[in-house]
Amino acid sequence: MILAKTGNEALALAMKHINPDVVAAYPITPSTEIVQIFSTYVADGAVDSEFVAVESEHSAMAACIGAAASGCRTMTATASQGLALMHEMLFIAGGLRLPIVMSVASRALSSPLNIHGDHSDSLASRDSGWLQFFCETVQEGYDTLIQAVKIAERASLPAICAIDGFILSHCLERIETFEEKDVRDWLGPYRASYDLLDLKKPILVGPATLQDYYYEFKRGQIEGMNRALPVIEEVQAEFRKRFGRGYDVVEEYRTEDAEAVLFLMGSACGTVREAVDALRLAGKKVGMVKLRVYRPWPHQLLKPLLQRFKAVGVLDRADTVSSWGGHLFTELSSTLYDAPQRPKLLSYVYGLGGKEFTPEDAAGIFAEVLSGSKPEMVTYVGVRS
Amino acid sequence: MVGIKELCKRPELFSSGHRACAGCGEALAVRQILLAAPQPVVAVMPTGCLEIFSSIYPHSAWQVPTIHTAFETSASTASGVEAALRFRKKMGRLQEEINLIAFGGDGGTYDIGFQALSGAMERRHKFLYICTDNEGYMNTGIQRSSATPYGASTTTSPAGDLIPGKTQHRKDIVEIMIAHDVAYAGQTTVALWRDLMTKVEKALAAPGPSFLNVLVPCPLGWGYRPGETIRISQLAADTCFWPIYEFADGRYKINYTPKEKLPVEEFLKTQGRFSHLFGAEGGRAIVAELQRYVDAKWSLLQKKQEALCTP
Repeated sequence: MILAKTGNEALALAMKHINPDVVAAYPITPSTEIVQIFSTYVADGAVDSEFVAVESEHSAMAACIGAAASGCRTMTATASQGLALMHEMLFIAGGLRLPIVMSVASRALSSPLNIHGDHSDSLASRDSGWLQFFCETVQEGYDTLIQAVKIAERASLPAICAIDGFILSHCLERIETFEEKDVRDWLGPYRASYDLLDLKKPILVGPATLQDYYYEFKRGQIEGMNRALPVIEEVQAEFRKRFGRGYDVVEEYRTEDAEAVLFLMGSACGTVREAVDALRLAGKKVGMVKLRVYRPWPHQLLKPLLQRFKAVGVLDRADTVSSWGGHLFTELSSTLYDAPQRPKLLSYVYGLGGKEFTPEDAAGIFAEVLSGSKPEMVTYVGVRS
Repeated sequence: MVGIKELCKRPELFSSGHRACAGCGEALAVRQILLAAPQPVVAVMPTGCLEIFSSIYPHSAWQVPTIHTAFETSASTASGVEAALRFRKKMGRLQEEINLIAFGGDGGTYDIGFQALSGAMERRHKFLYICTDNEGYMNTGIQRSSATPYGASTTTSPAGDLIPGKTQHRKDIVEIMIAHDVAYAGQTTVALWRDLMTKVEKALAAPGPSFLNVLVPCPLGWGYRPGETIRISQLAADTCFWPIYEFADGRYKINYTPKEKLPVEEFLKTQGRFSHLFGAEGGRAIVAELQRYVDAKWSLLQKKQEALCTP
């Protein structure tokens, strides 16, 4: 069906189509609408789900863990301070290998308070053992949330599906949705890898492990993340086969003969596409590499791909506050360190707290990247000094 | 109520061989609670002594399905388990009537998990929350909590030359739970094992969320010899330092009235955490204040028993 939906509406609709067993969530701008709309589906009996309107995000994730460990397909949504408040529980969901799926309407972290879009929240959670998907469009958000359920369950890892706060969460877009039945059939019933409520096989979920076992548990979890990339590729292929459209872990735009590319995630990819098209008309050999999957970090794909270019401008919509740029820049630098052919890497931070990022900004960055050098180590795009 | 003959035949659901200290009141309470609860039971426990002494991988003392997530999350995790129970019942994916019990220490209940507990009770998730209350953060080394009584010396409210231990009275958690209109609330202690077990049965039979506060003396944290746990627990009831009562259907009921209400001093002087109150200057005033507080609370409880307190 072709519909006009905002990002939040589209993710809520995807949740309806998924029909999760349990949803526990707390309101926070800009993701509030996702659970608000979902609760109307619950009220109208359009989904089978049990909805728990908890009293905080910390409790939201704790309740999700309890439900997921009890054999239920479990979802939630949050952003920013809410994700930060969940932080402790994110690691527990990851360590317990529970395939909870969470929408994040990415938003800046306080202080100073800001409700607008950047990637600080999810990226601050990067080491918690969650798969992380970043979406460029509302359509991609809808599709990715559905995929994330299958990927999370097959990989036994929790997953974040992030759309840029306001820029996508509140942006009306034409989207094509699937038949509810088709989505539910494609996902199939939830099969838990363990079940607290299996009385025939009583288990203890979340034991204490000391020096003799903790490390082994963690190694297993890391191995789960190592094996997640092929799972993602497999599910993306299944999705494409079933629904006739799909995505890759890393996507290229007009890179065939490109000398300079920009590397980034999220809604700004659309802005960069426009700049690429304009520069291509002017005869510039430029392109874009879009990262859809931040965790697992797809180094196996990025290393051979990015070696092809002379220079890569790395655009981060968050900063590590380390004086060494953003997350993508530092991780890509590590990935390419021992590559036989290393492109020149230029670090840019942009759009913090929802600061506008325009095709002109992107064109200015391309000019520097094509020249292969710039004055500062890290450039803070569009910031007033 | 279960008789002792039948009790002997019930399987141990909290097995021996765990790593609790000798004389641990909490371990005794959990064992009695699991013996009392109609099966099947699923348990939630917090990070703390209970989890550390009962579940160090690859061992577990729990013979019932049990989940542990974090320190402050017993009630919130139980909320999720209870939602899962409701969902699976509704969808025909679960046949059994499971009794869900969430445990918390006083730190995880009165302090860091307070919000999660309040939220869970307000949402009326059907489970029994049991606070095993030893009046402080014992697992981390005997720090003060909002359950620590006035005058007690802990490692973060030490009795010093200037400040004589904790300078505030405890929080009345049972009253706060009653204010949530829980279906059943009660307070007891391990020495009164029959009362404890009856309350577990009643709480689980109540048509909604329920709460039990169980005083569990801690030899290490309170400073007494391990063999004294039950005697001290009994003294807490006999001095009315720890009133034994319940609340259901809008009525308070005192379940245990000591034949002779002993001075609170009889309870205090058994424990190292109050030893600075005896002999030192100023100690008498603190003991007197504790006695005044205990008497006032007891008298108030007696008055409440006479009234119908229902919304």
